Amino acid sequence: MLSIDLKMRRGAFALDVAFDAPTPGVVALFGASGSGKSTLIDLCAGLLRPAAGRIELDGEVLFDAGRIDIAPERRAIGYVFQDARLFPHRSVAGNLRYGERRARARAATASFAEIVELLGLGALLDRRPHQLSGGERQRVAIGRALLSRPRLLLLDEPLASIDRARRQEVLPYLERLRDRFRIPIVYVSHQFDEVMRLATHVVLIDGGHVAAQGGVTDVSRDPALRALLGADGAGAVVEGEVESVDGAGVASVRIGTGRIALPAERARAGWRVRVQVRASEVVLATEAPRGVAQTNLLEGKVVGRALDGPTSELIEVDVGGPLLVARVSAQRAAELGLDLGRRVWLVLSAAHVRGGFPGDAPS
Amino acid sequence: MLEGSAISRPVFTRRARLRDPRGLLVKVSAMPLLGSLEWEALRLSLEIALRSVLVSLPPATLAAWLLTRVRFPGRSLFDAVVHLPLVLPPVVVGYLLLLGFGVRGPIGAWLDRDFGIRLVFTREGAALATAVMSFPLMVRAIRLSLEHVDPGLEAAARTLGAGPLDRFATITLPLIAPGLLAGAVTAFAAGLGEFGAVITFASNIPGETRTLPLALYTALQQPGGDAAAARLAAISFALGLAGLLASESLARSVRARMGR
Repeated sequence: MLSIDLKMRRGAFALDVAFDAPTPGVVALFGASGSGKSTLIDLCAGLLRPAAGRIELDGEVLFDAGRIDIAPERRAIGYVFQDARLFPHRSVAGNLRYGERRARARAATASFAEIVELLGLGALLDRRPHQLSGGERQRVAIGRALLSRPRLLLLDEPLASIDRARRQEVLPYLERLRDRFRIPIVYVSHQFDEVMRLATHVVLIDGGHVAAQGGVTDVSRDPALRALLGADGAGAVVEGEVESVDGAGVASVRIGTGRIALPAERARAGWRVRVQVRASEVVLATEAPRGVAQTNLLEGKVVGRALDGPTSELIEVDVGGPLLVARVSAQRAAELGLDLGRRVWLVLSAAHVRGGFPGDAPS
Repeated sequence: MLEGSAISRPVFTRRARLRDPRGLLVKVSAMPLLGSLEWEALRLSLEIALRSVLVSLPPATLAAWLLTRVRFPGRSLFDAVVHLPLVLPPVVVGYLLLLGFGVRGPIGAWLDRDFGIRLVFTREGAALATAVMSFPLMVRAIRLSLEHVDPGLEAAARTLGAGPLDRFATITLPLIAPGLLAGAVTAFAAGLGEFGAVITFASNIPGETRTLPLALYTALQQPGGDAAAARLAAISFALGLAGLLASESLARSVRARMGR
């Protein structure tokens, strides 16, 4: 368990954050720029000092205001900075060895060779940081932090400085990292698709405070997240299992009692995946629609209703376990008589379903 | 007494050198262009400038580090004091050194009594005066390169387990190496020509403190010394030019090695 309870003031900005997250796992700190996420992990690393609070990791107290304050260099917390911060006067290998050499007293997470292999750094070892692409630089920074044998790994928007198309150079490696090692990870991001793919626990930070927290599927339906993502970007995240993948690279994923089709060439049968279904892209019907593909048709019953602004409503639907959310106009909701317990059908458009495939790393 | 003899020994060797400063120089005086006078002045200038650089490099690095990385009360005053030798007449610096490091000065008396070290009228004293004069040049060069080192890199080293000295030695120092080198070369080149502070504090003693500019000055004071003065001026000119060219090419190769 990672328990964090920290307070700090910096000019007009006040940070007051408390949460408990299960370990090992990936805790995603999600929020807008300037919400205090990076400040929070600087506090965890010890690079900033909180006014009050406590940090406890798996029973060990790293910080307790006025009593315990382990110096950053002895905290054994790996930190991957947004801008990588590789040492320009050292080769990639020299950067990787820097932390390792200073961590001999602790048990190794993995050997140098394993980490080089895991992060695909073999061909880069003799290069200098300025000869690397943004994605490569971040992978080296991750390797350097891992080799310092940390008990906690902090990642501060490691993909933010990389252009969108090249994020695939890093994201799959982060999934490998999560699945291969038992190091707890705190992952800061303001991209929800990254959070959806990686997180086991989400903490929403807004204006220096925790707005919501919990598992990805729960937080995905939280009004606070909806406020952050906007009405069009928000949608329930559900977990499903890949049943089959056809020759065209389309995976059939079981969600509760139904199935949806997702383009996913590398997916294999049996994989657990997360899927985000945007509330604004779901068509809701009170009778079984005819003439639509059966794959993207889910049957369920209404379990919740909430107002979403003056003219629309959010309808929460249980599709045999997982909960999806559809947005309908308030007028139509009244016409359809969407009372709790009502049987409904949801039609999804595959183009608007976003999948996250754990372990979807290039081999 | 064992203790007494151990302490007085360096003084003796220095005095012996003082009495016969030319002993070593007979061989090189065979060079056709430069007489023993020029060689002696050149050798002394090089030695004193080198010593002054070695003496001022550590405190200059510390001062530059304090001025870039630490906020402390009286920082502006400290900054001004560091830069004083740039604006004070060198004679004033020499005079202040006499007050402090003279045999009756507080530091000079202590050094003489407890260590048997005398700085006034010695090449060590000349090196000290030169070091003080070139100190601001050194601090400025080091400070400039320190300002270009991202403190984030030091923070990164910290999270990787490096303590303060470790971080300084493995991250900060290598990254400011070009600045240290530039500062050292500039201070060395400037130190070759230091006149006012040296003549005031260490006097103009042949073979001990008569460096190139002092020898040049002495030659000009003597009838028929014009030719010697011209030769000394030419040496100074060549040295200065070589120093500047060397510093530029060193800086370039360091930059290339650092990959920037």
